[in-house]
Amino acid sequence: MTPSPTSLTLGPCLFNWRPETLRDFYFRIADEADVDTVCVGEVVCSKRTPFFAPFVPEVLERLAAAGKEVVLSSLALIMSERELEQARELAAAEGWLVEANDVSVAAMMGGRPFVVGPMVNVYNEGTLAYLEDRGATRACLPAELPAEVIGLLAGSAKAEIEVQAFGRLPLAISARCYHARSRNLAKDGCQYVCAEDPDGMAVDTLDDEPFLAVNGTQTMSYHYLDLLAELGDLRRMGVHRFRLWPQDVDMVAVAALYRAVLAGGLDPAEAGGRLEALCPGAEFANGYIHGREGHLFVDADG
Amino acid sequence: MELARPELVCPAGTPAALRSAVDAGADCVYVGFRDETNARNFPGLNFSRKELEEGIAYAHERGAKVLVAINTFPRAGQPERWHQAVDDAARLGADAAILADIGLIDYAARAHPELRLHLSVQAAASNPDAIRFYADTFGVRRVVLPRVLTVQEIAALNDKIRPVETEVFVFGGLCVMAEGRCALSSYATGQSPNMNGVCSPAGHVRYVEEASGGVTSQLAGFTINRFGAGEPAGYPTLCKGRFQAAGRTSYLFEEPTSLNTLAILPDLIKAGVTAFKIEGRQRGRAYVAAVVQAFRAGVDAVMAGRALPDIDLDRITEGGRQTTGAYEKAWR
Repeated sequence: MTPSPTSLTLGPCLFNWRPETLRDFYFRIADEADVDTVCVGEVVCSKRTPFFAPFVPEVLERLAAAGKEVVLSSLALIMSERELEQARELAAAEGWLVEANDVSVAAMMGGRPFVVGPMVNVYNEGTLAYLEDRGATRACLPAELPAEVIGLLAGSAKAEIEVQAFGRLPLAISARCYHARSRNLAKDGCQYVCAEDPDGMAVDTLDDEPFLAVNGTQTMSYHYLDLLAELGDLRRMGVHRFRLWPQDVDMVAVAALYRAVLAGGLDPAEAGGRLEALCPGAEFANGYIHGREGHLFVDADG
Repeated sequence: MELARPELVCPAGTPAALRSAVDAGADCVYVGFRDETNARNFPGLNFSRKELEEGIAYAHERGAKVLVAINTFPRAGQPERWHQAVDDAARLGADAAILADIGLIDYAARAHPELRLHLSVQAAASNPDAIRFYADTFGVRRVVLPRVLTVQEIAALNDKIRPVETEVFVFGGLCVMAEGRCALSSYATGQSPNMNGVCSPAGHVRYVEEASGGVTSQLAGFTINRFGAGEPAGYPTLCKGRFQAAGRTSYLFEEPTSLNTLAILPDLIKAGVTAFKIEGRQRGRAYVAAVVQAFRAGVDAVMAGRALPDIDLDRITEGGRQTTGAYEKAWR
């Protein structure tokens, strides 16, 4: 395979998948997925961390052996001393690139190279430049930025700019667990009910309109982001890395579609149709990139 | 330990509200400029430069401070508008600027080393390491805490970050998401707190009358709630709506409720909080005056070792329902 000038990142799995399922997912990604970088780590809820922890070493080893760049993603909302301690261990990890999803983790890096995660607010050149001075070599931008802003940031960046391109968008994080609340449970006694929804729990309006999705303490878009048709424009603006969020679908096939469009071997419209087939029942959106409401799907030529 | 007397930090969306707040006993008043540089960018609200200058004079003559919130995230390519806001706050003698964006804080610290900096709740600094980063790097003196921590967690945090001060919300509207880390509003409406200084903006709100006599409240076409005939229809703030999930209809995120911590003021004071913040720059002067008076009486009573006064703020809270929010762990 010839090296591609544009890279694909598989974002960290935001959902609470069974540990063995998640391990097998990463093994298959290592063996079969045409992605350059794979993020591993619990971003949403520290209560989930202990279950996958025993599998992490073998997963990292397998991914690295397959030639993937591995990134360790931090928790997004860090409140307790235990969570801070975990973050410090992560920041001190030798030999691995770390993705900071909270400002505290960026500070812990002490000037060593790190990735700014999409849960850190990079909205402008000033903040990006500051984080670059602190060691940021890559920044995955927040979901709500329009292409115009992304282009300005890509133009001014020393760091590599990454843009979210597939999957349910992480929209909000809270101290409260809505999955537990939906079952009349408290967060402390949550019974890990978020595991019942490996793709998030659909949230509909009173008029049965699909609206949001809940993933524990995180609120996501109901719609899957689909930027297949915008990849070309974004590349021309200087974006050379795109993030695919793991969903409970065939992510190897999803990555292949994005790669094929990036390589010029597949028409984006044709790829869009195939993406729909890969994600039965999903609805798609791309509004943010067009400076519109995030839930909208705007035709690239319209 | 001797209890420190917390400052009461009160909202003012207009010069009249500023005067009401100062007259009612506010130690500090916080305001914003009339544009997208602040997180209450609502029509008819906020201050011109001249109004800020006059407001600062009014407050200072009466021993009160004025804090200027410049707490949205500057738009790429247009940092000048935000830089100008910081410059003007410093030039007009503001007692502090309340900022959220790292790049803007960096600018303020370099351009105006004498200007006191407070970290906005929109920066969502929820742990000692994040707070120390802002304090050590930029000289931030006070942090407005995101509404995610319990009183016990706040007490432990204060022990770790002194002399950095903390400010907590004690009354008013309640974000249930970590502030500054929520894009629900832009997902529905295209406008968000971070980019536009608004959440669930009024221009996207519709109240649709039903044949049954009830009312459906909508935000950008999404149904947020439905009310029976004669039931008062609340404002459709996205996270305070009723939704369907897991086969149930409920206020999945939060009830239409507002924060009221009067009853736990002694605990918050013991936790070592420096300042108590009242939400509501969009509120009228009567609301501001009533809330400020209630909390003035509450703080003064605790400091004097008296019982808390029994003050009923029901009539001015949304839907009459009140909560102590994240300050008690059961909320989570």
